[in-house]
Amino acid sequence: MSFTRRRFLGTSAMAGAMIAGGDLLGRSRAWAATEMKWTPEDGASLQLLRWKRFVQSEEDAFLKLVAAFTDATGVQVEVLNESLDDVQPKASVAANVGSGPDMFWGLYSLPHLFPEKCMDVSDVCDHIGSKYGGWAPSAETYGKSGDSWIAVPVAYNANLINYRKSAIEEAGFSEMPGDTEGFLELCKALQGIGKPAGMALGHASGDGNAWVHWALWSHGGYLVDENDQVIINSPETEAALNYAKALFDSWIPGTASWNDAFNNKAFLAEEVWLTNNGVSIYAAAKRQAGEDAKMAEIAEDMDHAFWPIGPSSTPAEFHICYPLLGMSYTPYPNAVKAFMQFMMEVENYEPWCEGAVAYLSHPYKAGDDFAFWDADPKLVAAKPAAWRTSTAGHLGSVGERAAAALADFIVLDMLANVCTGRQTPEGAMKLAERQAKRLYRA
Amino acid sequence: MADVTRSEDHAGQKRTAKSAPKEMSAWSQLQTNRNWLGMWFMLPAGLFLILFLAYPLGLGVWLSFTDARLGRAGEFIGLENYAWLIGDFTEGWKFWEIGDPVFWLSVFNTLLYTVVASAIKFGIGLYLALLLNKHMPFKAIIRAVVLIPFIVPTVLSAIAFWWIFDTQFSILTWMLQEVGAIAEDYQVNWLGEPLMARASVIFANIWRGVPFIAITLLAGLQTVPPSLYEASVIDGATRWQMFRYITYPLLTPIIAVVMTFSVLFTFTDFQLIWVLTRGGPVNTTHLMATLSYQRAILGGNLGEGAAISTAMIPFLLAAIMFSWFGLQRRKWQHGEAND
Repeated sequence: MSFTRRRFLGTSAMAGAMIAGGDLLGRSRAWAATEMKWTPEDGASLQLLRWKRFVQSEEDAFLKLVAAFTDATGVQVEVLNESLDDVQPKASVAANVGSGPDMFWGLYSLPHLFPEKCMDVSDVCDHIGSKYGGWAPSAETYGKSGDSWIAVPVAYNANLINYRKSAIEEAGFSEMPGDTEGFLELCKALQGIGKPAGMALGHASGDGNAWVHWALWSHGGYLVDENDQVIINSPETEAALNYAKALFDSWIPGTASWNDAFNNKAFLAEEVWLTNNGVSIYAAAKRQAGEDAKMAEIAEDMDHAFWPIGPSSTPAEFHICYPLLGMSYTPYPNAVKAFMQFMMEVENYEPWCEGAVAYLSHPYKAGDDFAFWDADPKLVAAKPAAWRTSTAGHLGSVGERAAAALADFIVLDMLANVCTGRQTPEGAMKLAERQAKRLYRA
Repeated sequence: MADVTRSEDHAGQKRTAKSAPKEMSAWSQLQTNRNWLGMWFMLPAGLFLILFLAYPLGLGVWLSFTDARLGRAGEFIGLENYAWLIGDFTEGWKFWEIGDPVFWLSVFNTLLYTVVASAIKFGIGLYLALLLNKHMPFKAIIRAVVLIPFIVPTVLSAIAFWWIFDTQFSILTWMLQEVGAIAEDYQVNWLGEPLMARASVIFANIWRGVPFIAITLLAGLQTVPPSLYEASVIDGATRWQMFRYITYPLLTPIIAVVMTFSVLFTFTDFQLIWVLTRGGPVNTTHLMATLSYQRAILGGNLGEGAAISTAMIPFLLAAIMFSWFGLQRRKWQHGEAND
């Protein structure tokens, strides 16, 4: 490596900044001087539309990160917030009309809805991946279209079993069962003691899609095969439907109408004692523990678990990925890349991720060493989310067809049809098969 | 000679007067001709209508014949989207089997939602209007209060109903438990069961839509000349006869207009359903508008979503035709026959 005057000045500046401040701002200025790979265009300013935070401390940490980037590069970044479900429509419209925010930060396979409208960020992802131990396989699947990266898979929201330890003990279980049969027994036992379980079966894009895909995949049922051929109508799917129906019957009434927010409030109100969610219920309980004894009790008594393993004998988990994409119409592609690089650098990423109180999990190997994972044993289940999760489409491609199948709730409606008794498993499978064949037609 | 000259002059003047308009330049004509002027004055409104109404409508219809996806212009595929949604009738006649069952369910839901909600809204709205037309204390305040559901933004009222219909936290369930109508531990599954969910969203729509009908009909009621009622009282008419033979006929044009608007608003409702149920449970509250949004914007299938929207047009046209023929009855008021 040649030691040029520029490099010497840069390194000196970085060292100076570290010594002088040692804070985020100091570090970021030094980063801009030495490590920033893409120099933002003159007069660049960015607009970023993101999903609205679930944990306030995460947003606070993110805004600090943004401010540090602006301070280091002079690029103003305006952050817009939309609820999780509204990011995709806005991004889709922006892609369609070719105008709008420079960056969108949504969920699942958002960039695959309009891959040709996304900036090619292969250079950013290759740089970050090689610097931080490599991406999780699912992150590559979500981030890449063909051989090119079209988005940075920034983080994952682990969707876990949230349960009250006292309730499962009262139901006769010393720990969370690791298999689907045991899990069903637990749900029945919880119903028996008047402390039922419940998961969202309304059109809930996060929690709803997470549990129904677990039910399907854990029994070896899949929407499509490796070649995107529809294979949903199968004995495995039928077994999954019968299993889901048995689960549903043991739950609290009303879950067929639940969206993503219902289970949180029902759990904190002690209406349900087991549900599926990120670790945000725990974070909310902890946050209110100081002024509310009930919340303190819930925070103390609750814990998280991986999803039980079913007849397929492999983890069948479906955690939400949050990809960040730059739009190809942006006049400031270098500023977008600089921001992406800045955000994913460990010294910026770790404090932000810590602010999320484990609500978010890292997508690259270096994240395993983040200190905050050791701080609270109740959060450890969220740590390997990127490595345990399957991707939208599972065996098949993660492209726009998988995204459309998720958005159209094909699997969720199939289960809901059976669970609510509107259709037989055969009828529900046939309907789902027909809809999937339409989406996956050549 | 002088006469000749005069007559020539006269003729010349006449010719000049007659030919004067022909000699005006085309530009002057465009500026002064009444017909052209009329067109100029209409042009801004016309352009506005073309740009913001006709063009989007035409584009929507065009998209429904393509396989357009978000961010990508599609190719013309003819009636393929419709064949998928409605069904290819060469394959049979059971449209709910050969078409998309979810689409047909949404058509059924939309019609049910519109017919039931509109009928009840009309009944309650008319009753309220008649009530508010009476002299009563605090009349102005009561009339203002009636408007509140209409003033509150739909999303806000929908969120309020979201809590009201929550299975676990419903205030309605609590009230029913308190008065002993249901058992203490019984939770009414307001939005979780198809029938109940449909009834709940229709109830929310009625709550929101009644003020519009009530206040508009009230305005109509106040145009009815009191002398007619006085004359009918002298003739010994009963209250029902007064309503049947005076109020109702004179209110008919207003009813036609207000119900057309009400049917259009209800048929195209989106926000209430989206906030309350997102079309669930199991698509039993999906309206055509919400299904179109789900398929086009969330699912990315613009062409198919546009086809669902376009399929709403015949129903909306029928409602407009109803209004058209309803409006013709205005001539009743002047003692003329209908067209």
